[in-house]
Amino acid sequence: MAKTEITQVRNSLERQGLSDDQLKAIFRNMLLQRQLDNRGFQLNRQGKVPFALGSEGHEALQSGAAMAFERGKDLLAPYYRDLGLALGIGLTPYEIMLSIFARAADHNGGRQFPNHYSSKKAGLISFSSILAAHIPHAVGAAFAMQYRKESGRAVLVTCGDGTTSEGEWHESMNFAAVHKLPLVMLVENNLWAISTPLSRQMGQPDIYKRAEGYGIPGEQFDGFDPIASYGAVKRALDRARGGGGPTLLEGVCYRFLAHSTDDNDMTYRTRDEVTAHRKDDPLPRFERVLLELGILGPPEIDAMRKEVLRETNEATDRAEAMPFPAASELYTNLYEGAWEPWQ
Amino acid sequence: MAVSASSKVMNNVETVRETLYEAMKNDDRTVILGEDVGDRGNVFLITKDFVKEFGPERVIDTPIAEASIVGIAVGMAMEGLRPIAEIQFADFIYPAFNQIVGEAAKTRYRSNGEYTCPLVIRTPYGGGVRGALSHSVSIEALFYHVPGLKIVAPAFPADVKGLLNAAIDDPDPVLFLEHKKTYRLIKGEVPGGHYTIPLGKADVKKAGTQLTVVSYGLYVHWALEAANQLETEGISVEVVDLRSIRPMDRGTILESVRKTRKLLIVHEDNKFGGVGAEISAMVAEEALFDLDAPIRRHCAPDVPAMGYALPLEEEYMSSPGEMAEAMREMARF
Amino acid sequence: MRPELAPFERHGLSDGQLAAMLRTMLLQRTLESRGFQLNRQGKIPFASASEGHEAVQAGAAMAFRRGHDILVPYYRDLGLALGIGLTAYDVLLSLFARAADRSGGRQFPHHYAARALGLQTISSLIAAQTCHAVGAAYAVKLRREAGRAVLTTFGDGATSEGEWHEAVNFAAVAELPVVFLCENNEWAISTPLSKQMGQPDVYKRAAGYGIPGAVVDGFDPIASYAAVAEAMERARSGGGPTLLEAKCYRFLSHTTDDDDRTYRTREEVAERRKDDPVPKFERFLIARGVLTLTDIEDLKSSVLAETNEATDRAEAMPYPPPAAAFENLYEGPWEPWQ
Repeated sequence: MAKTEITQVRNSLERQGLSDDQLKAIFRNMLLQRQLDNRGFQLNRQGKVPFALGSEGHEALQSGAAMAFERGKDLLAPYYRDLGLALGIGLTPYEIMLSIFARAADHNGGRQFPNHYSSKKAGLISFSSILAAHIPHAVGAAFAMQYRKESGRAVLVTCGDGTTSEGEWHESMNFAAVHKLPLVMLVENNLWAISTPLSRQMGQPDIYKRAEGYGIPGEQFDGFDPIASYGAVKRALDRARGGGGPTLLEGVCYRFLAHSTDDNDMTYRTRDEVTAHRKDDPLPRFERVLLELGILGPPEIDAMRKEVLRETNEATDRAEAMPFPAASELYTNLYEGAWEPWQ
Repeated sequence: MAVSASSKVMNNVETVRETLYEAMKNDDRTVILGEDVGDRGNVFLITKDFVKEFGPERVIDTPIAEASIVGIAVGMAMEGLRPIAEIQFADFIYPAFNQIVGEAAKTRYRSNGEYTCPLVIRTPYGGGVRGALSHSVSIEALFYHVPGLKIVAPAFPADVKGLLNAAIDDPDPVLFLEHKKTYRLIKGEVPGGHYTIPLGKADVKKAGTQLTVVSYGLYVHWALEAANQLETEGISVEVVDLRSIRPMDRGTILESVRKTRKLLIVHEDNKFGGVGAEISAMVAEEALFDLDAPIRRHCAPDVPAMGYALPLEEEYMSSPGEMAEAMREMARF
Repeated sequence: MRPELAPFERHGLSDGQLAAMLRTMLLQRTLESRGFQLNRQGKIPFASASEGHEAVQAGAAMAFRRGHDILVPYYRDLGLALGIGLTAYDVLLSLFARAADRSGGRQFPHHYAARALGLQTISSLIAAQTCHAVGAAYAVKLRREAGRAVLTTFGDGATSEGEWHEAVNFAAVAELPVVFLCENNEWAISTPLSKQMGQPDVYKRAAGYGIPGAVVDGFDPIASYAAVAEAMERARSGGGPTLLEAKCYRFLSHTTDDDDRTYRTREEVAERRKDDPVPKFERFLIARGVLTLTDIEDLKSSVLAETNEATDRAEAMPYPPPAAAFENLYEGPWEPWQ
């Protein structure tokens, strides 16, 4: 291909204003997410950690969304399948491994399940495993921003498709809509709520269509396309930051792995179904796009893979060598200061 | 799946599974509803293959919406079905609090008997399984305060079967708590055929003369282990398995305490406001002058649940060794 | 001899049914006022109001098949309860909390239950009943009881509750025979619709659940009847749930304990009173020659007589004895300690 032709193709890419470096960063983030995800499962199979959660298939959606997040300003209220988002807004592989190993140096001191990160510094709000419970918190955070007139800030809150069935999800959407809060509700629709397919989760298949009932904009995008994800999230966050109120976004992706290391997805879906979706695996797909456009060459991609593996190995070894929390840590941080139920 | 007519050794998962199967087989008013109970067959495989035999209309994969899982079951029960609702983990039950406490428990009372709510809510609870803060809690104390509910927490397979059958037959709402660490750990002889054990009846699992230990759930097994250890040290401990938390068996507790003259209550739930508080108050009211020692409670510390890291879980949970030490202290008094 | 009927869309309703709807509306309003009067006289501690809901409720009740359908209402459904067969005396027993009341004087006024009428028991908890309606509809579907459906009602405020969302979503997934009828009176106690939702049309939520949604003038009993009848018929014949919204207005305060002057103007209420569905329907029936002025005067007298008689009779009945507090918690006698 002649140089001019390449330039034409590169220009024709709907890159939503993303620079080459940003596109590379998105791809790297996707590689790192997958590497760390696999490491969690490996460590579980080796008997080194009791539990890990899978986010394979969510890489494009999350890395794109993370690129639209403004560090130091926005807040992220994620759920437990958001490894790529957490990495994309600044969490390190070492922090991820501390969480997986439940070490004392983990952000929450080894209290929470893996992938239940919080980091005040990164703008990542603490959450539990209880589905939808974090969405009212995100709405409250957005209310605080609006109340303090902090324009230019917004809250990005995520959840899976299954969570949209929860009452708290509905109550949150409704309240955010009434008060026109700076909030983006990003649903990562991977078509499965553990074993329950979308068809048994709702009466029609498009989550974004609920937006109209709340009186807010709704949009659906290809969750296997990181640029589409970036574009949709960027537009919605910009609208929120500028006082335009909340948006309901739906990124359609797929959960390639079982729900967690404790789940066996072959009890409820076929290998063929998973294989069919694998054909669209967002990682090789995005890799091809970047190669075709000449944004990355094969050697650069190889180097990136090696670096991501090395980083993961290093983080694993370093975290594993760290101590568990002391037993006495069970009693800290329930209330402010020391406590006793009988005074 | 064949339900055996003669007795056999099963673990608690197998026993729950077989008992539910029998209920589904024997009464077509029975439906099971909850998250992942259908094709997945419940996260612990308790209802595995039920959907194949009974169909998706009776083994209902619900959306992730706990308030409605219980609320819809209440409506089913009011209109003549016998729903068995499942909350996937006890930690997920809080959104359904209104439907359990405000609706199910009051249905008969508020309609003065015209409507009833024969409903079973099953849920796995308890720790020691690296479940962290949201997959390990005990919830019984939050609910045992509530008139209109019944609460069962069996520890042994034979009791699981008899009490689950009784819960299913019961004309009122029953919260059926299954300790998840006992699911595969605990095996026992289970009689064949259909039988029930009345709700509200405790069971003396080990007779003794010097100290009464009252417990339920996983801790009954650990208390027995500790009591057997003390037996070798010449201390005779009686272990009472409550089995039912509401109603609770006053007669068995008092009879035991009046004999041994000492009472130790052991539970995994928090001590403050826990089930042990009610037992202590009852024994103090009824048998204070029969006691040779103050009542003691060996229960969880005042923190919300156990952390994920192993030392945090171990610190929260008791152990047979710690229980034995608490028993020795009582014996020495 | 009656004049020739002017033509109008009567949706198959006979003259007798139209007159019956008006009578239910008149009875509802008279009983309603009676509740407030008794409260002002210090005879009862509490009453709640449904003025402005007469048309939607009388219409909906006419679409309810007695002996088949199940009604899961909320506490502002006096007209619906009357329309499906509850008597004025039942209502007064509830207001006076007498022993002979269906809940034995346990529940707040207007929290009726009557199994024989298919009227399910409710609490005061907003939207909790929508889940029960869905469970009842599940039972109807599972037992293949064709020709049966569940009608559940709620105010606009209830649509903000999580349980409402969960109930509608489940009904949509399982394609259950249930009709969700929102009586949108624009006020959730003191909270106007604009602070309750981000857009003003409840029925527009239907699309997000994948079920039909429709809006109807809740001041028009015939239109209300038609909308509910169509949705109920769809439900009865296996066509799944519908979300209906009837636009009406709450003319009175939320209850006798509320003073609506603290949150809305007299002008707003007066403006809406101009469309009061009761005189409007009277005028309509006269104009169409269905009833004469004399017929309506007779109806009003009969409704008042019925209300007076029910009031005297219920008031003369005894309270439940204190021992009744201990009945019907569980089946049989109980003690938390066995």
